Amino acid sequence: MSGLEKKSGRPLSQNTEALDRLITTLRSGGSNVAGLLLLLIVLSGLFSVLMPRMFPTITTLQAMALQIPVLGLLSIAMAVPLISGGLNLAIIATANGSGLLMAWILTGLMPPHAGGATLVIWLSAALVAGLAACILVGIVTGLLVADIGVHPILVTLGTMTLIHGLSIFLTRGRTLSGFPDFLIAISNNSWMGVPISFFIFAVVAVIVHALLTRSKLGIRIHMIGSNLEATRYSGVSTRRVLVWVYVISSVLCWLAAVLMMGQLNSAGADFSQSFLLITILAAILGGVNPYGGFGRILGLFIALWILQVIASGFNLLNISPHLALASWGLILIFVMAVKRVAAIHSLTLIGRRSQKDIQTKPISGERPEDQQ
Amino acid sequence: MPRLFETLFGKTESALGVATVVICIVFSLSTPYFLTVSNVVNLVQAYSVTTILAAGAFVVLVCGGIDISFTATASAAQYLAASLLTHYGFSAVPALALAAALGISLGCINALLTHYLRVLSIIVTIATSSVYYALLVYITNAQEIYNLPDWWSNKFTFIKYVSPNGDVARITLPIVIMIAVVLLTQYIMGRAKIGRQIYAFGGNPEAAERIGIGVLKVQLFAYGYLGFLASVAGYVQAARVHQAVPTAMAGQELNVLAVAILGGASLVGGVGTVGGVVLAVMFLAVLQDGLNLLGVSSYFFGVVTGLAILVSISMTGYAEKLARRRYTTGTQS
Repeated sequence: MSGLEKKSGRPLSQNTEALDRLITTLRSGGSNVAGLLLLLIVLSGLFSVLMPRMFPTITTLQAMALQIPVLGLLSIAMAVPLISGGLNLAIIATANGSGLLMAWILTGLMPPHAGGATLVIWLSAALVAGLAACILVGIVTGLLVADIGVHPILVTLGTMTLIHGLSIFLTRGRTLSGFPDFLIAISNNSWMGVPISFFIFAVVAVIVHALLTRSKLGIRIHMIGSNLEATRYSGVSTRRVLVWVYVISSVLCWLAAVLMMGQLNSAGADFSQSFLLITILAAILGGVNPYGGFGRILGLFIALWILQVIASGFNLLNISPHLALASWGLILIFVMAVKRVAAIHSLTLIGRRSQKDIQTKPISGERPEDQQ
Repeated sequence: MPRLFETLFGKTESALGVATVVICIVFSLSTPYFLTVSNVVNLVQAYSVTTILAAGAFVVLVCGGIDISFTATASAAQYLAASLLTHYGFSAVPALALAAALGISLGCINALLTHYLRVLSIIVTIATSSVYYALLVYITNAQEIYNLPDWWSNKFTFIKYVSPNGDVARITLPIVIMIAVVLLTQYIMGRAKIGRQIYAFGGNPEAAERIGIGVLKVQLFAYGYLGFLASVAGYVQAARVHQAVPTAMAGQELNVLAVAILGGASLVGGVGTVGGVVLAVMFLAVLQDGLNLLGVSSYFFGVVTGLAILVSISMTGYAEKLARRRYTTGTQS
């Protein structure tokens, strides 16, 4: 026992030290956020040089801030399950479903031309009903994920199909429109030059960031993402944490639904379907690890700006929006390739150092882990 | 009692088979229009594209990956073939061969990126599908091609059957191609060496590499085969609707994946049979058609599909839990 310790004591501790350092940098997301910021600055600079009179203006900035919130809220709704090692394919269906419920209350139940107190009561009733529906969806999804024990992709594929099916069945594929001015004002008005919806998004992003990094629940969400079984054996009720993950995700969908209703002045079962995969793209671009356990909302926030800068820049240059979408995909592949090269580099560094020390095959080996 | 549940539900294929037979009997008894030759043939024809795509998606699932770019690939291959034929005066064989080559290469790009970037294939294919799809719509301007050549859009009839009451049933090209695809996939996954290697790699990539399986080769084959089947599906889809539309198949990828998973393919890889996938398509097809004939609104079908997926994965999850418990405690009850 002591002989073993002696033989491997110093080198092994150095080896783990290096690994620890790697894990800390990965966890803090430092290099990742810096890299994303650099990318954002390069892209903004590029478009500013190309269009010095059009791009770097307050108007463009405002337009971008108006576009980000809905996709941003949905991306956070995707990022939280991703960090827990899962995925929520039902976010768009949930948002549309609760949007339709709120729209039905506002257009079908509320007496037309309601004003004053009646309007306030009906509006709050609609919002509370939508929120309650989303919380219910979250609880059911979380329980299914925790108890069935199959991958969340499968569970949420099922809930997505079911919720979307219910929306289609109840509306017969129609859309509902015509909402109170208050709802429309939230999504379209500005306060001190900044769109109100962007304020909402920013506040939510800060809250979720704090929740994930500072609270007990947040740490447990990360732990589950790293190793669910180990977390369970360390005495954490993984079931409760999973339910929280999907409740948070669904509540964010509700917020997105409220903003979407205001922006479009209508609600439907098939709105924004194309956002589903883009939210995953944004989250991964923002440094969320697809295997779970790692990810920062700050990175996601910058990633959303990168995507929006590309979209707005292409739009101002009169380049097809389809090419913007294509370049979003290419940017993600590019960032993943850079990370891969960086991972190979840092792991061979560790390998070389420990090899010099202990003259044996390094623990981390030539085959780097899939952890990026 | 748990044993009974396991024998009943443990194997997805048998559960699906039983469920399909049961609903077939129920529908045949409740409506005279269900079990007619023409209805069955039409049903098979309507689901030919889904079956072909699901067979390809299944191979990638067995390989341990998830590809969601195949509808973009199918649309791209379909459009390439259609424009080569109508605008550039190609004859049938080279046009279709080029379309198949495009499908295979797009699939191989996915395999190469997945292999070298070491990222989950679902992430890679989300990126590539937005690239493929956006480029396709940009290049084609989302314009349809209507004037497909006769041999493509005209329905080849292999067998024509007229029932006593005058219903006509035609075995057409989509059905024949679908059957060929299913048999080919069954041969590859059940008999050929590469198929066994795909199962091995999907079950345990590390072990597969150590026993000398060419890891990159296996992935190239699986994703390339899906790309090839996507081009076939693109061809069949255009034959059914008589036109090539770049956006026709957008958004179908998750539905097709749901079918493959319902059929027993696991996301972890290494599990599943072609028969299961075919049964899953049959189950959903029969369910939708029967409900239609019974006068249930077709709007209700999404609810049914969602419930079917949730029930199916619950049963698989329950069976796995039982198996695990028996394995860990060693009880023989």
